[in-house]
Formats: sequence, structure tokens, C-alpha cells
Amino acid sequence: MTVQTRDVHDVRDVRDVGIHDVQIHDGTRWHAVCTLDDLQPGRGRAVLLEDARQVAVFVDRAGTLYAVDNLDPFSGAQVLSRGLLGSRGDRPTLASPMYKQVFDLTDGRCLDDETAPDGSPAVLKIWPVRLAGSVAGGAK
Amino acid sequence: MTPDHRALRDLVLVGHGMVGQRFLAAFTAQPAARGWRITVLAEEPWPAYDRVHLSALFDGRTAEDLSLCPPGFLAEHGIDLRLGDPVTAIDRAGRTVTTRSGAELRYDALVLATGSVPFVPPVPGKDAPGCHVYRTIEDVDAIRAGAEEARTGVVVGGGLLGLEAAGALRAGGLTTHVVEFAPRLMAVQVDDGGGAVLRRKIEDLGVTVHTSAGASGVVTGEDGQVTGLALSDGRELAADLVVFSAGVRARDQLARDCDLPVGAHGGVVVDEHCRTADPAVLAIGECAQAADGRVYGLVAPGYQMAETAARTLAELPGEGFTGADTSTRLKLLGVDVASFGDPHGTAEGALDVLYSDSRGGVYRKLVIGPDGALLGGVLVGDTDAYGTLRPLAVAGKPLTVPAEQLVLPAGFANAGPVALPDGAVLCSCHNVTQGAVRAAVRDQGCDSVAAVRKCTRAGTGCGSCVKMLGTVVTEELEAAGVSTDKGLCEHFAHTRAELYEIVRVTGIDSFSDLLDRHGSGEGCEVCKPTVASILASLGNGHILDGEQGALQDSNDHFLANLQRNGSYSVVPRVPGGEITPEGLIAIGEIARDHGLYTKLTGGQRIDMFGATVDELPVIWRKLVDAGFESGHAYGKSLRTVKSCVGETWCRYGVQDSTTLAIELELRYRGLRSPHKLKSAVSGCARECAEAQSKDFGIIATSAGWNLYVGGNGGMTPRHADLLAADLDRETLIRTIDRFLMFYIRTADRLERTSVWLERLEGGLDHLRAVVLDDSLGIAAELDDLMARHIGGYQDEWAETLADPDRMRRFSSFVNAPGTPDPAVTFVPERGQIRPARPGEAGRSLTALTGPNAPVLIAGARLEVLTP
Ligand SMILES: Cc1cc2nc3c(=O)[nH]c(=O)nc-3n(C[C@H](O)[C@H](O)[C@H](O)COP(=O)(O)OP(=O)(O)OC[C@H]3O[C@@H](n4cnc5c(N)ncnc54)[C@H](O)[C@@H]3O)c2cc1C
Ligand code: SF4
Ligand code: FES
Repeated sequence: MTVQTRDVHDVRDVRDVGIHDVQIHDGTRWHAVCTLDDLQPGRGRAVLLEDARQVAVFVDRAGTLYAVDNLDPFSGAQVLSRGLLGSRGDRPTLASPMYKQVFDLTDGRCLDDETAPDGSPAVLKIWPVRLAGSVAGGAK
Repeated sequence: MTPDHRALRDLVLVGHGMVGQRFLAAFTAQPAARGWRITVLAEEPWPAYDRVHLSALFDGRTAEDLSLCPPGFLAEHGIDLRLGDPVTAIDRAGRTVTTRSGAELRYDALVLATGSVPFVPPVPGKDAPGCHVYRTIEDVDAIRAGAEEARTGVVVGGGLLGLEAAGALRAGGLTTHVVEFAPRLMAVQVDDGGGAVLRRKIEDLGVTVHTSAGASGVVTGEDGQVTGLALSDGRELAADLVVFSAGVRARDQLARDCDLPVGAHGGVVVDEHCRTADPAVLAIGECAQAADGRVYGLVAPGYQMAETAARTLAELPGEGFTGADTSTRLKLLGVDVASFGDPHGTAEGALDVLYSDSRGGVYRKLVIGPDGALLGGVLVGDTDAYGTLRPLAVAGKPLTVPAEQLVLPAGFANAGPVALPDGAVLCSCHNVTQGAVRAAVRDQGCDSVAAVRKCTRAGTGCGSCVKMLGTVVTEELEAAGVSTDKGLCEHFAHTRAELYEIVRVTGIDSFSDLLDRHGSGEGCEVCKPTVASILASLGNGHILDGEQGALQDSNDHFLANLQRNGSYSVVPRVPGGEITPEGLIAIGEIARDHGLYTKLTGGQRIDMFGATVDELPVIWRKLVDAGFESGHAYGKSLRTVKSCVGETWCRYGVQDSTTLAIELELRYRGLRSPHKLKSAVSGCARECAEAQSKDFGIIATSAGWNLYVGGNGGMTPRHADLLAADLDRETLIRTIDRFLMFYIRTADRLERTSVWLERLEGGLDHLRAVVLDDSLGIAAELDDLMARHIGGYQDEWAETLADPDRMRRFSSFVNAPGTPDPAVTFVPERGQIRPARPGEAGRSLTALTGPNAPVLIAGARLEVLTP
């Protein structure tokens, strides 16, 4: 799975043309979930979908968007949106706020531990995310 | 592997004291020990404990803290320890011993380690109620119980133990006298000059010293209780408690009774392999007279005998024990005293080199042989040089620098570092030479003092050699070209302390700037919060503003503590643990209205659990309106200053500990540091606030405040060190200011003060020099930084509530503000909530986002089961 907006936008360009809706794709359609202004570079916010799934959306200092599951496989809590972005080598990463495991944001893999405590692989689902010109204010 | 019991031989150890335990440790480490079944017969009701630190019981440590017998040790080696059942007789012909309970045990080898008993001069009244000795845990309990009722105590004996006892009485609040037969204190260890300086220092502490005077009788009242002590010079001292500490006598009665030879002054006679005249019987420690004809009253020679006896029984070759260095370094009543080698200059042609500063309370004497070799010395008031001088004296090598340079105070002396020969013994407790330490670093890959301690055991006894060890380890590591990677993380090659300096000097005020100029990559969960903390320590505005907000750990980000299910807990500040009934009611009401779980913390405040991020501002609005402010439980910053009620209420208190605690908590609140900071203030030496387990703890004395630093509870407990005694309020606060700022400036990330202090080059003495004597010339700067912190303090929560921009983060979902996180669920337990466990059907609490939202109580929504 590839992240669709990775190569596209730079924050300033986008602001200049007034396009700043952050959208994520749930496999069926795109949802506009917030505006770029709602995100602080380096940090994330949680998004609640109609089916109660939770997604964590981030923007980094360069303006690249990321979206992954909000569920932390190690603690079982919906908290990853409160983690910190960073890098390991040249890979962008996210650190869980609970027990501080670090995930690779390019493929969702945990770099510290291959499996979660329940034995399942510790991999986050990567959600397609993009900036778009739609004017819808939210998922609902 | 089950050993064949028929082939096992029986080893019986009599006495489970310090030396006995050491013998067990040394012997069981030998493969040969597997051929033995070991039984230990002990008189005391406790497994071996650290008698040397017995006085620690007076300042809050427990018998368990002093234990020398690691848990599991006995079981692991199949040792049968019988407490409270002393041996009463030895039958050497039949090779059996009989115990008080009537048990009879056979032995193939018998080891006597019965120690000694305090010597009580045979004066009238010596057994009256109110008379004590000082050797066991029970003695301490009895003295402590006696001290509760007593006002004045007299210690008979001005030697090492006597002064320890005097310190204990004084700490218990008694007017204290010391009576010493000799013309000076510590006659064995120090000379007249040193004794005089020591006396002056001890008298400054409020202990009255009477030298050249013996006890001639104990005076008792009608009820038989002690009322005073008659002296040989005809005077009488009023006292209601007497401690005899006039030396010890070897416990050799068992040996005498079975006709084993004992020395003229007592002590079972042994050869250099610790065997008595009967090859099946060995004797070690204070009950033995060693091959050199001496009975040693110190633990280090006893330990060497224990090692020797273990080798003898394991039939290993070895030089045996032919005598020991009786150098000692002590802290008596807070006064440093050391004596080493031949302190009295008894050798022919020996000359003294002397420095004496009566005003400063420093005395140093070196004894130099005719060939220029250092033979011994006495140090009072400042024993820093002990670590270098003692090995030199023991090695007997000529000095490489003029002797006078070694006694002069720093500043006059320009001696280079003193070079020690490799054969010099660095650690006398474990007989480890400098060469062995160097080899451990070089050949066995030890890269720290901790590793060397583990590998060679150097430094694990009295600890007086640790500083010297550090120097040698560093030297050796540097010589080997090892540069330990001290960088914070892959993004910064600098330590936290270096980054602090960079930020302070350059005035850089953002993470991006620092990363671009001094680091690489995007940063991570290690460097971001660290830099955020540095920026905050240096007063760069609210921690949630601008880019700083993006650096904080989740706790700081929401100004609350993340709990296991993703909910948060909230702790308002309760300075000094003092809270009004109104305050309690306000907290109670808020917790009740939001259905929060409440629990008292160890730091004397109230923790409320179960809030979702949406609720945090609502809860805090109410708390701020009720007069509360952030307790910073979420930050690496000052937590609480715990206190007891002190003089105001407590019968024993000597100062107002609560007022001081409140003042300190308000002064240092919000101060960001490398790790959390805890503190406490106790109103007297009884130490109810447990100040000695804190990063900085204060204990009231009748003359002022004692400041302890570097304590820790939790996973790696550490007793705090006394930094300074009897300070007035102003000096105390200035000293704490500097201590904290110096720590913040130089500590590593997540390094508590305890670890920092152990690592700090020069240790406590260096710290003292920096904060009390401004040895680095930075005191003004540290004071200024603290003044800036205090001036700039704002309540983070009040400020956050006032700023819509900062408030935006407090919603669970960016696309559904006001919807609480449905994944955060609870179940009832004991009338409150707790997080639902996986598989449990929990329910969420209502979000209370508007002022008119319905207020629901946990009990109303969740069925509460009371057992
Ligand atoms: C307050 C205090 C401070 C001290 N400070 C220092 C110091 O700073 N530096 C230093 O080097 N030394 C110091 N010492 C001395 C040090 O404690 C002793 O040298 C050391 O404890 C000797 O060890 P040991 O095993 O020979 O004797 P102990 O530790 O006394 O152990 C002997 C044990 O044998 C038991 N026992 C005796 N008879 C029998 C029997 N018949 N059957 C069974 N058990 C028996 C005793 O009850 C005791 O438990 C201090 C001592 C005291 C009391
Ligand atoms: S420490 Fe405080 S509470 Fe405890 S006895 Fe002393 S003054 Fe009283
Ligand atoms: S000299 Fe006592 S521990 Fe080293």
C-alpha cells in the first residue's frame, strides 16, 4: 500500500491556493476529516469514523501527511494520535505515547518489537491520506 | 544434581555476624563447598546485618535495610541457619557442639565467628535500668526507647564506637556528654593535634567532652533508675541514660571451655590459615587473635580472615592472613576523620609534616620515614586525600611530590596528581590493588565503576575507595582510547548537559533551530521532550506554545497523566500536603460529578483518574475556580514537598516543617528538570516525612535545618547524603536553589539526582564546593536562573484555559469535537470506577462539555457493587 499524497504537496503551496482539507480513504471513499490548520507539525489528531474505527492523522515539519490506525497494538488503547513523530535513519517514525514503541510510517511496522503481546504482528494499517480542495467540513 | 549425602562432610559455623556471613559467601563460591553440608548457629534473632552502619537505625533505616544476607542466599546453598540458638559447649574429642535449645550437632570442621562483647567497666551500678551498651539491633531499640524519656545522656568512651553512640543520642534530642579516660578522643586512631581539632568540632555540635576522666560509678535514684554518672576526678554528671562504649572483648569463652589456647588479652589463637590449635576448628573475625598476635576490631581484617578460612577449608593455596592495615576513614557526628598506616610515627627516624587550621577545623598530619616514604597520617575535618594517601603509605614507596604539598589546602598546593604504584591497594575491604582494577578495565572489558565493582568487588565494602576507583577507571579507559558514546540519540551527538549549555549560550529558542544547527533528521521521542524540557528550564514561555507544544510527551501535551486505557488522571497541587476542608470538598465534588476514581498519592495529594481529553479542561476550569493549580504530576519537574506537621502540632517537632515545605513547593513549582523531583521536610530527627528518600530532603534540627540530597525511593532506593547541616532558612533556600540549578544544568536525560550524584566527578564534596563555596564561580548565574524561574512562574492550567488556541487540542476527535472517546470504558469496583479489562463490557463516562450538560455520577450510570 502506498501513501498517496506523499509526493504531492508542500504546506505553503497548498495554503497559497487555498486547498487545505485533509482527507483519508477508508477503502470505499474519501472522507474529509479536518483542515491542515487543525494539525500541528510533528503531532497528530484522532479521527472517528462512522463505523467507530479510529485513525491517527499527522503532518510532519515538511508538510507530509500520514494516517495510521489509532489503536496501539501494545497497550490495546486508542492513543497513537498522541504519539510523537520523528525519524530513524531516513525513515519517518511515530512513537507510541504508552510504552514508547516506534513505528515506521512508510510501512506501519514496529521497529522495536515484531509482535504485539497477543502474538499478532505489530503492524499498523496505513490509511491513504491527501490534501484536497473539497469544502466539506468533516466526515459527517 | 543431588549431592550424595553420605559423602557430605559437616561444617558448623558459630555466629552469623559480619565476618561469619562473609565466610559463607566466600566458601560457597568455591567448588569444594559442594562436598559440605553447612549449618549456622546464631545467637541473634536476625540473619547477619551490617553492624558498622548500626547507627543508621537512628536515622530511619530498618533492620531489613542493614541485612547482609541476600534473599535466597541460604536456600541456594542449602545452608541451615538456626537463629536464636547459640552454641553453649564444644566437645572437641567427640567433634560435637551443643546449643542452648539442647540440640547436638556433629562437625567435621567448626568455624568460630563469635565476634566480641562490649566491655563494661566493673563500676557500681553498671547494670541499673538506664545503662546500655551499643552493639546489636536490640541495643539500639533499648537506647531509642530510653531516649524517648531521657533528657541527658552520657557516653562512657570517646573512641570510634563511643562517638557513634554520642551522635545517636544527640540525634535523639538528648543533651549529650562523652567521658574519655585518655587525654584525647579516638586515642588509637589520632594524635593529640588531631584529637584537639576533633574535640572542638564535636563540641561545636553541642556534645560536651570530658577527657582524662573515667567513670567511677553509676548514680541511681530511689527507684533504681540512673540519675547520673560519678567521674574519677570526683565530679558527677547528671544523666538519665548511660551508654558504655569503652572497648570490646573477644568472645572466646567457648574456646576457653574446651581448652583451646587464647591470647593474653583474649582472642582464640589462630595461625595464618586461621586454624586454631585443633586443626578441625578455625576462628575468624573479632573473636580471633591473628597470627601477628593482634585482635582486630575492624571489619576489613575480619573479612580477610573470612576469605582465608574459606581457602583453608577448600584446601586452596594462599598466603594466609598475617596482619592487616588498620587504616580507617569515618564520619563521626558529621566530622570526617581518617587515620592510616602508622599514624603515631613510632618508626625510628620518622618525621611529621603538619597542617593545622583550628578555625576551619582542618588538621592533616603525614608521617614521613627517613627515606622520604610516607608511613602514615591523620586527617581530621577533610579526608579527601585519604584515597590517595593510604595506598601510598601502605605501599611504603617514597613520595613523588614534596610532602608539604599534600597537606596544604588546595590553592596553596600545586602538586600534580600523585602517581600510585600498581601494587598499591585501592580497596582495603577487599584487598584489591590498582593493578587489579586496571586489569579489569583493560582485559575483562569493565567499562564503568559499576562493572569494576561487580568484577573485582572493590568498592563494595565501606565505600571509601569508590572515588579513587572512578579516577583509575577513567584513566584506564582513556588510556585504552575508549570514548563512550554519550550522545542523546541518533539526532544529537551531544549529551543533555551539552545541549543545555548550547541553548543557554546561543539563546536558541526552538527545537527546529537546534536540530538544524546542531543535530540531524527529524528528532524522536527521546530528544524532543528533552529539548522541550531544556527550553522550559531556561524560561522559554508556556510549554504548549508554538513548536514547543509539538515536542512534549503525551502527558505534558495534555497537562495530565496518561493511564492504561487512554484516559488521563489529574492531580492538583496541594503544597506541603496541607489542604483545607473546603479544598477537600471541592475536589470531592468535582471527582463525584465527573465519576472519577480518587486515590491518595504517596506525595500527600489527591489523584483523580478516568478523565478523557475532552473532560480535562472542564475539570480544570472547576479546579482553578476552586483555587487549585496544576500539580505538574505529568511533567519532569517538581512533584511535591511532603511534610509532617512539625513543631506546630507534634510533641517532638523542633521546627515548623509544614511552613517550610509550603514555601519550598511554591518556590520550585513548575521547574522543569531532567527527571521528576521529589522533596520532603521533617520537623525533627524522627523523620516522619521520609526526607532522606527524596531528591532533596530537609530535616529540622534544634539549630536549623539539615539538607539531604540525592535520595530516591522506587525501584532503586538510595539514602540521601547530608549536604550541609544546621543551615538557617536563608542559606538553606539558597543552597537548594543552587543544587537544583546545578543538577538541571549538568544531569543527563532522565537521570535522577541519586544517579547524577553518584556519577558526579568528585561526588558530594565537589557538589558541596560548588553550591556552598562557589568553587566554579557559577553561583551567581545559578541564583539568577532560579530567580528567573520564580519570577516567570505561571499556572500552566490557568494559562491554558485562557487561550482558545491551546484549548483546541482537548478534543478526542478532530472531526467530532465533544464526542468522548468510546473506546475508553470502565467497570465499577469497590464503589468507584476502574478501566475495563480486555473482554470486559465496560461503559464510558459522559463527556461534560457544556456548563449545562447533565451531571452524572459514576454510581448513577454504573451499577456499583459493594462487597
Ligand atoms: C556501632 C558500631 C560501629 C562500628 N563501626 C565500624 C567501622 O566504622 N569500621 C569498622 O571496620 N568496624 C566497625 N565496627 C566493628 C565491626 O562491626 C566488627 O569488626 C565486625 O562486626 C566484626 O564481625 P564479627 O563477625 O567478627 O563479629 P559480629 O559482627 O559481632 O558477629 C558475631 C556474631 O556471633 C554471635 N555469637 C556470639 N557467640 C555465639 C555463640 N556462642 N553461638 C552463636 N552465635 C554467637 C553474636 O551474637 C554475633 O551475632 C563497628 C561496630 C559497632 C558496634
Ligand atoms: S518528624 Fe515531624 S511528625 Fe515526626 S516526630 Fe518529628 S516533628 Fe513530629
Ligand atoms: S576500601 Fe572499603 S570498599 Fe573499598
